[in-house]
Order: sequence, then structure tokens, then C-alpha cells
Amino acid sequence: MAQINLRQMAVNQQGVIAAIKADGELGRRIRDMGLVPGTEFSVRGRAPLKDPVALRIMGFTLSLRNNEADHIEVEVKE
Amino acid sequence: MSHTIALAGNPNSGKTTLFNTLTGARQHVGNYPGVTVEKKTGIYKSDGHDFHLVDLPGTYSMTAYSMEEVIARDFIATEKPAVVVDIVDAANLERNLYLTLQIIEMGVQVCIALNMIDVAKSRGVRIDADRLSELLGVPVVPTVARSGKGKKQLMAAAAEIAEKPSKTKSPGIFYGDDIDAALSEMTPLIEQAGLLTEHYPAHWVALKYLEADEQIVSAGDSIHPALSARLKQVADRVANHLRATCDTHPEALIADQRFGFIKAIIRQGVIEIDDGQNRLHLSDKIDKVLLNRLAGPLIMIGILLLLYHVTFAFSDPVIVWLESAFAGLRGIADAHMAQGLLKSLVISGMIDGVGGVLGFVPIIMFMFFGITILEDSGYLTRVAFMLDRVFRVFGLHGSSVMAFIVSGGIAGGCAVPGVMATRTLKSPKERLATLLTVPFMNCGAKLPVFAMLISAFFAYNKAWMMFVITLISWGGALLIAKLLRITVIRGAPTPFIMELPPYRMPTVQGVLIHTWERTWQYVRKAGTIILAISILLWAMMTFPHLPAERAGQFETAREQIIAQAAPETARELRSAGNGDELSASALALRQQVNAIDAEKARAALKYSMAGRIGTGLESVSHLAGFDWRTNIALVGGFAAKEVIVSTLGTAYSMGTVEAENAGGLSRQLAESPVWRPLTAFSLILFVMFYSPCFVSVVCIAREAGSWKWGAFAMAFNTVLAFILAVSVYQAGTLLGF
Repeated sequence: MAQINLRQMAVNQQGVIAAIKADGELGRRIRDMGLVPGTEFSVRGRAPLKDPVALRIMGFTLSLRNNEADHIEVEVKE
Repeated sequence: MSHTIALAGNPNSGKTTLFNTLTGARQHVGNYPGVTVEKKTGIYKSDGHDFHLVDLPGTYSMTAYSMEEVIARDFIATEKPAVVVDIVDAANLERNLYLTLQIIEMGVQVCIALNMIDVAKSRGVRIDADRLSELLGVPVVPTVARSGKGKKQLMAAAAEIAEKPSKTKSPGIFYGDDIDAALSEMTPLIEQAGLLTEHYPAHWVALKYLEADEQIVSAGDSIHPALSARLKQVADRVANHLRATCDTHPEALIADQRFGFIKAIIRQGVIEIDDGQNRLHLSDKIDKVLLNRLAGPLIMIGILLLLYHVTFAFSDPVIVWLESAFAGLRGIADAHMAQGLLKSLVISGMIDGVGGVLGFVPIIMFMFFGITILEDSGYLTRVAFMLDRVFRVFGLHGSSVMAFIVSGGIAGGCAVPGVMATRTLKSPKERLATLLTVPFMNCGAKLPVFAMLISAFFAYNKAWMMFVITLISWGGALLIAKLLRITVIRGAPTPFIMELPPYRMPTVQGVLIHTWERTWQYVRKAGTIILAISILLWAMMTFPHLPAERAGQFETAREQIIAQAAPETARELRSAGNGDELSASALALRQQVNAIDAEKARAALKYSMAGRIGTGLESVSHLAGFDWRTNIALVGGFAAKEVIVSTLGTAYSMGTVEAENAGGLSRQLAESPVWRPLTAFSLILFVMFYSPCFVSVVCIAREAGSWKWGAFAMAFNTVLAFILAVSVYQAGTLLGF
């Protein structure tokens, strides 16, 4: 297992949230949508201009911007 | 007694569909006091139950960050509904239960509607509702809102707990030793002092202090400063401890523990997933095409063009019909009323005013019809997803595109429905910036002005000029949005974190109710103000009247001409109907008479309030190349931009000039010594950017929730347009254009 940043993940790659580095409103919104440590997810795709990114988490699809993804650390299988 | 039942739930959980099924047509839309969030209420009557239903805004959580969350939370706490029905998307149980836990923690009677149970089943997810009910300690009723399945059972369950409220126990979430210790230290203090306990349980208030919830903490500060300080001290101590020991903070830990609690519940036999059915959902298949790097944007352009077409092409025949109906009404008034002020007021002030209000109704209706389908189907969030990268640069949101296009991003739209289309935007700052800049688009009423000026001065390349104008308005709108976002609407972008809901077929009932509500709101709320202002503008263009002596001069001149003509020619003209063929001499006489009438209309206009404003402004406006005639036309353009052409016609003594048929005016301007291409270009710029028409201003004020923003749009846009026009005119003059 290696720990990387969510922005660096490739499409279709799977991972587990390791840590959320954001606080304040952004942190709260991230957590409210279920992105908390231990949650499994996969990268579904990216918008035509590579940003935002779409994730599949707990059976639904979530989109967030790359600069918001920067605050999320992920563990991925090598 | 009729109980109040509040419907709460995540966005896209089918909450509004359930509300529609329960209430049918017995519903009412208003606004929460002081904010623009819609408040939907309705009545449910069946099986001897009689409930007052309130559809709370959809939220993912109960923090105090978004307006929707604050409203939902305040409603539950202060209005104390007998039951909160929490609509939970069964196919998305984990995330939805996060809100459920927070509602239960507020100490209210909760009943869960396990909605879209059919979708969950089709995905191979089986949920044991009884087991879930047992673990959470609240009733759980499976429902399918679209078909109405389970709604009777749901209301029966709600009725039961409304009649016999049980003491709701806290779900007993274990928040970890540090937090739990702090909670048991704080809760008795809060209870003793009764801090906010008339609305919230003490345990919940303590939790909010730990989460550093701005709303609760500041309420505590003002009610009981000493206790509040002590509570904050405890919260700080826990925060420092958590930062030092586990590099986290209470708020994050509380969220983690809630999700942990949910995972634990779900694992206790609540959910059963058919692993063999790990198939691609239909939505994913659709997204493979609609979000494809190449096909996605092309299809999006096609769909947006289609929306535009539906809005304006479909509403066109209805508008034509309305216009002819109002023309008929005008004819009746004309035939049956005595000549004079009252007649002018009824025709030009009232009939035209009401006609002006209703003229927008078909456009608004068809636009919301189209947008509701896009919104309810889930496509609108995909548009935002694809375009966010572009619009974010200017401090806007991917969803802003709809409003821009409807307003005239494709030349010929209308800012009124455009401003109303910003309702689909959930981020407050981005929304405000969008609704203040959409009036810069080239709406259908500005086009005749541009067309008239282009054919007078840039006839050699009409299409190219139109293209340049479209580019200028888009570029201008986006840059001004950026300017607003770094000045008056400054602030970090609202997080984009957004659900891309599965595609769904919109329900007919939902689309119709929504379209009707929006249209009716426009007529009811904006309509009355618009009518009042149109009467005011009529008065400005009419009063004061020409002094009797000057009006008499025109009458005398008119009579003289007729008297000088051969008697049979005068008789022929007097007896002639509108469509009758006239002899050459009678035709010549009529032209002379019309010329005098036009001269009189010009004099009356110049003498009126609007005319005086126009003349008074000449000393400033000449910097941009505008004389008093243009000024009056621009004052009139505040009523509606198409009035600019007809007012210019009157000011140039041309009698009645139709906006669509202004060839004569165009030739007159081209020959006038005051006008040159630079003047025309300066005017085009000014018309593009100056104050929105007052119908748009009223809508901006409504949508922004304050007249302050309506006034801002008028003042800021006009100053900006003037600076642009002056710069271009002066620079152009220096360069010898």
C-alpha cells in the first residue's frame, strides 16, 4: 500500500481514504458526503478539461475539483 | 388538530417527488423570510389523517454552512414539527443515514421513509427495514415515491408517533473517550443554565460547541456569555488535545464516528448485497457517452441549443397570440373611450403594462419546462461538471452557463428568465455574480437596436459585426463577473463537491407543478411591481404636456394645410378609411399632415420629464457622442430595450417606428451629420452594458433577496457602460474615426 494524493490517481484506480487535510467549510463538505478515513472508492472519470474528477463512493457518484482533491490523502494498492 | 410534518432528506432522495405524491395539487410555494430559498407547504388528507406538510430544503448534513442547512435546522428546532419524516435513498443508505443520525440527535420524533426501495432492489441491494428500525429506534417504512407505494403506511406511522410521542433517546453514538468525556462535562452545565434548551437538547448543544458551530456558539455568546466562554474553553482543550495526540480535530472526529456508527449498524444484518450482480448501472453506461471527452461537449452544445430553441421558438406563437389579444383590447379601449389623459393612461400605461408583464410568461414557462426536465433527469449537474473548469476561472460555477444562454448568450434570449434560471445554482456567491452579469447578454430586445445601427453604419459586413457584438457581450460579462468576485462579492469559491445523481426519468407531475409554480410566482410577485413601474414610466414620457399655446400652433398649422388644399382632396382624406386607395393629391396632403403630427410628437416628447432628463444629460452624454434624442431613447429603453428604436423614431420626428421595421430611421441616422460609425458603435456598447430593463431589475432584486442588488445593477451597469462608451468614443475620435 502506498499513500498518494487523490489528484494523482488514474481513472478506474481504486483507493481508500487515509486522511482529510482540509478543515472549515471545505473539510465539512468533504466529510458530509462520506469521504472519511477508511472509505473505499474508485475514480470514475474526469471532465473533458481534466478537472473536476468523478468518484464512485458507497454506491453514488461524487464530483470535486482537483484543488479540493489536493486535501485528500489516499491509500492505493501498488 | 392538524399536525405539522416536516420532510427532510438529502438532495436527490426523492423528497420533492414524495411531497408531490402526498399533497397533489394542495400545495403552496413561498419563501423563507428574508432568504430566497423556497418554502413549500401542503396538505395531506387521507384515512382520517389531516397533516400540514412542509418540504424542507434538501441537505446532506445539519451544520450551519449553507443557507439550506440553517433553514432546515431552524425549522425543526423552532417550529417543532410533530414528526420529521426523513426521506432516505435506499440505494444510498450509508450516506443518507448521516443526516438521519443528526436529525435524531436533535431530539425530535423521526420517521424514516426508505425511499426508492425498488431501485435498490434492482441493484441487488436488499434492506431489512425492521432490523434498521430496531437498531435506530425509529419507525422505518419502505416507499416508492414515484408510484406512491408505501405513502399510506408512511403517514400512518407518522400519525402514530405524532399522537403518542415517545421520549426519543439519543442514538448512543460513541464519539471516543475524549469527546464523550467533554460531552458529559458540558451537558449538565447547559442543562442547569437552560442554554438554548427550549429549542435543542443539551447534549446536542454541547456537540455543536465541540464542532465549533458558528450559529450555536454565537447564540450562546449573546445569551449566556460566561457559560459560553466556559464551554468554549472545554472545546478548545479537547481540540488541542486531539491535535497533539492524533493530528485531528473534534469536528472531523465526530463525523468519522458517525460514519463508523452507521457502518456498524449496516453490518448488523440490515443490508444484503448480491455480489453476483456487480454490473454496470444504466447511469454509468449513459455517462460513458454523455461525459465522453469528445462526444460529451458536442452533445451538451446540442442539448443547450435545443433548450434555447424550445424556450423561444415554442413560446413565440403564444406571444404572438397574446400580442394580438392585447392589440384587440387596445382597439376596444381606443374605440370606446373619450380622447384624453385617461385613455392614454389606460392604453399606454395599463394595457401595455399588463401586456408587458404577460408577454414574458410564455418564455418563462417554456424555459422552466425545459430546465426542470434537465434538472430532474440529472443532466444539469453533468453540464456543471463539464463546464466548471471554464467558469471557475471567472469566479462562477459550471451551472452558470444555463442562465447566460437563456439571457441571450445565443443572441436573442431574455434576461428575465435568465435571471430566474440562476435558481438552479446552489452556491450563493457564484449565483449572485451570475445573476448580476446575465443582463449583459444580447437579449431579443437589444437586437433591433443593434440591427438598426448596423444596417445604418456597418451594412458592408452585418454578420461579422453581429459576431463581434456577441463576443464582446460574453467577454464583458465574464470579465465583469470576475471583477465582482474580487470586489463586492469577494470570497473563496464555494466547494464544488457535488453528487452526480443517477439519471432518472422526470415525472410528469413534478415537471408540471414546478413549471407552474415558477411561472405563477413571476406573475404574482414581479407582475404587480412591473405594472406599477410601467405606469410611472408612461407618466415620465407623457408629463408635463406641451403648453396649450404650443400644441395649438401645431393644430393651426395642420388646419392651415388642409384649408389650403383643394376642398375635394381634403374631403377625400377625411372620409378615407385606413386601407383605402388615395389619389396622388390626397396622399401628398396626408404626408404633410403626418409630418406635422410627427413634429408635434417630437416636441411633446422633448417637453416631457424623460425629454428634460435627456436634454439635461446632454452636457455629459456628448462625451460618448450621444445627443438629447439618443438620451431620451435610452431613458425609454429602461422600460424595455425595444422602446429605444421607437423613441429614437419619435425624437427624429418620424412618427411611429416599428422596432422590426426601422429602415427609415436607419437611413435618417446614416444621413444625419451628428452620427458616424463611431457614434453608432459607442451606442451599441452602451446599450449592451447599461442598466437592465426594469423587469429584469425587479427579477434581480427578487432573486437576490434584496432591492440593494436591483439598485446596484442599475447604477453599476450604467456607470460601467458610460465609461466604456466614452473611452471608445474619445479614443476613436483621437484616432480619427
